[in-house]
Amino acid sequence: MISITARALLTAAAVAALVPAVADAQGRIAIGMQQEPTSLDPTSDATAAINVMLTQNVYEGLTTVDQSGAVQPQLARSWEISEDGLTYRFHLHEGVTFHDGTPMTAADVVFSFDRARAEDSTSPRRATFQPIESIAALDDHTVEIVLSRPDAFFLFDLAQGPAVIVGEASVETNAQRPVGTGAFRFDSWTRGDRLRLVKNADHRNADAVALDAVEFRFIAEPAAASAALLAEELDAFPGFPAPELVPQFEADPRFDVRISSTEGEVILAMNNAKEPFTDIRVRRAVSHALNRGEIIDGAMYGYAIPIGSFYPPHGPAHVDLTDRYPHDPDQARALLEEAGVAGASLTMRLPPFPYAQRSGEIIQAQLGAAGLDVRIESVEWGFWLEEVFRNKNYDFTIIAHTSPNDLGNFARGPDYFYGYEDEEFVALWDAIRTETDDETRLEMLRQGQRHITEQAVHGFLFQLPAIGIFRTGVEGFWESQPVLQLPLTEVSVN
Amino acid sequence: MGYFLLRRTVGFVLTLLAVSIVVFAVMNVLPGDPALTILGIEASEEALDALRRELGLYDPVHVRYLDWVSGALVGDFGRSHSFRVPVSELIVERLPLTVSLALAGMAVTVVLALAMGIGAAANHRKPGDWGVMFLSQIGIAVPSFWLSILLVLLFAVTLRWLPPGGFPGWSDPVAAIRALVLPTAALALVQAAVLARVTRSSALEVMRLDYVRTARAMGYSRQRVLWRHILPNALVPIVTIVGLQFASLVTGTIVIENVFYLPGLGRLIFQSIANRDLPTVQALVMLFATIVVTVNFIVDVLYVLIDPRLKARR
Repeated sequence: MISITARALLTAAAVAALVPAVADAQGRIAIGMQQEPTSLDPTSDATAAINVMLTQNVYEGLTTVDQSGAVQPQLARSWEISEDGLTYRFHLHEGVTFHDGTPMTAADVVFSFDRARAEDSTSPRRATFQPIESIAALDDHTVEIVLSRPDAFFLFDLAQGPAVIVGEASVETNAQRPVGTGAFRFDSWTRGDRLRLVKNADHRNADAVALDAVEFRFIAEPAAASAALLAEELDAFPGFPAPELVPQFEADPRFDVRISSTEGEVILAMNNAKEPFTDIRVRRAVSHALNRGEIIDGAMYGYAIPIGSFYPPHGPAHVDLTDRYPHDPDQARALLEEAGVAGASLTMRLPPFPYAQRSGEIIQAQLGAAGLDVRIESVEWGFWLEEVFRNKNYDFTIIAHTSPNDLGNFARGPDYFYGYEDEEFVALWDAIRTETDDETRLEMLRQGQRHITEQAVHGFLFQLPAIGIFRTGVEGFWESQPVLQLPLTEVSVN
Repeated sequence: MGYFLLRRTVGFVLTLLAVSIVVFAVMNVLPGDPALTILGIEASEEALDALRRELGLYDPVHVRYLDWVSGALVGDFGRSHSFRVPVSELIVERLPLTVSLALAGMAVTVVLALAMGIGAAANHRKPGDWGVMFLSQIGIAVPSFWLSILLVLLFAVTLRWLPPGGFPGWSDPVAAIRALVLPTAALALVQAAVLARVTRSSALEVMRLDYVRTARAMGYSRQRVLWRHILPNALVPIVTIVGLQFASLVTGTIVIENVFYLPGLGRLIFQSIANRDLPTVQALVMLFATIVVTVNFIVDVLYVLIDPRLKARR
């Protein structure tokens, strides 16, 4: 009975196998994505997947960034900045049209930015538009923006998803049917399954674009992501979720594994507004208790770079401060005893990300060796946002800060979930933001890193790696990730 | 029968009402803010405030609940907070996949389990019986998640016979069926193991009864007695278990849809809970509750059809 059933099943499977899988022709690519978007408008939803898939590909900003993180022209072909750093005059490309055929002019830039900074705006990053005092279209292809104070990050911020240029006619439906000016136009979206883009033949750089069609497939489960790659359903998985599965791809000649740095600093955050972390000796004791090598090996299978402060190691102003608090459980214990908190019981609330869950267990043991009794609570993301981030109801947590230029987090004052108040740093960050000379600003950024490390605000762990798995012959993806975007204009499949 | 139907319908409505209140309460007590989930940690308070107003989150809980009920009564389940489209649209998109998967899973479960269970009972205390018992024990012990991964590694990665996941839609029926083979197998094999054991013990119980011996004594063949006399009388517990299993099959699709990255209702409810998307969660839980209650109702009707004696008691 059983053998008959089994044979019947096998036969059914064999019949099904006669139908060939769709072969990947040249100019088509299937890309795996772990996160699934719920809408497709980066100006009203912060979901990272929207930016990854659509910013630079479907939507364009006035500016963009290249893979080194440097600002480059995009819809604005050039710009001038006044001496005082307050007036920006952008010259737009001529003849640009949105994918629905309407021309893109200076009026659309004014519309997009006015919408994002309006009273009732639901922009996920209003801070970008905060410094804007006025914005005007001087003619169809010239926009003038006047700032109320100089802002060293303004051009960089304009390259991000929340600042892309949208059309008045299509803005309401962008969440379902994105219309931009980019080199790829939206084709279709099967929610929960896949999103298709096709080449925009009318784009000013269309001749340089190798891909004709792009299909993003949403696969959340790491084992499924791995199987989809091995079965050659996918050509690329740029944000591969499981470092533990990487060795099998490294050993397989069909695949290239490319590991790059991101903007994500992973920290063991301490609630600085709460006992016992109001005492710098406790924070320093925690820093001494951490063994980054062990954390990176155990949690990330060795694929990460340790950090000693809050600035990416690939950045131009990076200083290596990993030696400031050498791993030393005895010294940690001594500091805790001095502060009178040895043996204290504390809670670590962990968001559901693998890097956090895995690091958490190792850190729990390391803090235990230094004399802190830490209890782990795994919480889901919505809970984390509300209880840890908003209500600051935690002792320890582990989180990656993936925004660029986010050293300014330490200047956000006691209302931010760090609970960290430091007027000296606030003054320094204000100076950094408004400093227009690059060399001076970099030096101030170095000073800022030293300052927060000296204060041992958090335990600084490692820079989150981007693990990319690509089929051999797939070329042209970014080799570093200064922003969470995935430009496909230079990608080719051979 | 009329009274029976009336009683069931009232029970059905009360069940849904209770479920809707519980879901609403739980989703409101649970920490989490849909606006914060959508706009992320860089969002300003003003933007969060504007979005909350847009989503109607500032209305008191009871007002929102009554709004929801009055909408639901006329078939309007509201707009999804995170997808920003009508919830009904999301459900219509995803229902065909989950229903196909659950029905296919159920059909394979029943066929496999009856064959194995009756076969085992017929070969009681012989190698065939031991084999079935051994296999079903493994089936019960193996988590469907793990079984799914093994199936994918064998049939999709190594043999390349079937796709490792995804669903191309019913517009291409061959591709759709190919995509459903492995998920159906993963769903059904585990359930069939349970049902096979129930079938076997139920059949064994009936076999001991006098009328079976009489039927054999009258010269009917073993096969005829097995399928015509034993099986119908062994069906009541089997149908009960099938009814229960259908409910767990529908919820089991949540795991299966994640492993095979299928765009079904299971993944939708998973994502909607994470996003604190109350209208979507509410509608989906209502839908699942309706399915379970309906299946239970069908099971009750089936009892009467299978065993006419039960009719008298109603």
